[in-house]
Amino acid sequence: MTHFLEPNRIPIFQIGDCLLLTIQVDLEDRMIMTLKDDLAERIAKTHAKGVLIDISALDVVDSFIGRMLANISAIARILDAATVIVGMRPAVAITLVELGMSLQGVRTALDVDRGMELIRRESSEGAERLHEA
Amino acid sequence: MPDSTGSNLPGLLSRYQDRILTDWIAAQSEVGVLRADLMREAELRRQSRSFLSHLIAATKNGLNFDIESEQWQDVRDMLTEVTNFRVDHGFTPTETATFILALKQPIFECLRDQYKDDPATLVNEAWSATVLLDKLGLYTNDIYLRGREDIIQRQQQEMLELSTPVVQLWDRIVALPLIGTLDSARAQIVMENLLEAVVESKAEIVIIDITGVPTVDTLVAQHLLKTAAAAKLMGAECIISGIRPQIAQTIVHLGVELPQVATKADLQSAFAHALKRTGVTFSATKPAHTR
Repeated sequence: MTHFLEPNRIPIFQIGDCLLLTIQVDLEDRMIMTLKDDLAERIAKTHAKGVLIDISALDVVDSFIGRMLANISAIARILDAATVIVGMRPAVAITLVELGMSLQGVRTALDVDRGMELIRRESSEGAERLHEA
Repeated sequence: MPDSTGSNLPGLLSRYQDRILTDWIAAQSEVGVLRADLMREAELRRQSRSFLSHLIAATKNGLNFDIESEQWQDVRDMLTEVTNFRVDHGFTPTETATFILALKQPIFECLRDQYKDDPATLVNEAWSATVLLDKLGLYTNDIYLRGREDIIQRQQQEMLELSTPVVQLWDRIVALPLIGTLDSARAQIVMENLLEAVVESKAEIVIIDITGVPTVDTLVAQHLLKTAAAAKLMGAECIISGIRPQIAQTIVHLGVELPQVATKADLQSAFAHALKRTGVTFSATKPAHTR
């Protein structure tokens, strides 16, 4: 199947050196796998410093989605981009905690704005440290 | 519907209706079910008359002991109304059931007059009446308990709602003072309220103050940790404050660890920590007060 025919592909936007993706539909397992591949490629190509995943429209999660979110952020970290998951709903947060997935090592923020702020702060801190070294 | 028991009770009830009603009300007053302090006699009279006419209507096609059946619907509704009235006015279950049980005596007296010369029938009819009235009496007991249970449940719900306020302390800082024992149901509501508040007030820091929680066991600690983890997932940081010395000892004794959750001794230091985290600083206006 070619990419053009894929109906439920999650678009990835670039804002400065951040990548933003908004999950607006119910996530199917295959979709999130495709997303993982797409995102890895985009980070490598754009040298993005941060990835914002907005899941404010997501109201159902399972352990697979939880693991994939953790996976995506681990991949991004290796490619030197910080991942921030933003806008998680209370019900989703409770579900993930009950599933025993507290997404260790993944940063979270209340909304896209705060998430962006977090990435900027961290990348500037990183730059300073590099400068000092 | 043919009379399955062959009882003549229904006919007797309607024939002696007025006499039974008068005797019944007298009997109720006698055994002290008519609590003049709780209800008026006119109300008792109305309830008694209404019940008796429903009873006659329900038995006119023959006596059926299955009081859950269709034919008894009106009587059941009536009894529910009567019982709820008594629940609301503070009657005891005994007093409520005696409302029905006091009906035995007048009926038995009518039976005695009717079957003076036929002891066998008299016993049979008396037995039918006893079975029926006992069932109805027990039914009021069920309704009574149900009414009480509703009240208890409602109060529990109200208590849950009352006891989990979320207070906004500063821009992006909210506090959740907990008072009373945390059980699972309450911990769940606390968690939900807190997370909703995080969304609503766009809070970055949540202070859970457990000054008013008498004991912290492993379960409570686990709930606190879960709440903190869920808040973290939504992008808010949790601080637990108000940990008294004994509680700190208990937590350590239990081997509970609170990783990644800042803990402070009191709300004041938690608030100070929160302000620092959000980058808010204060300065005293009078130099004498600066430290």
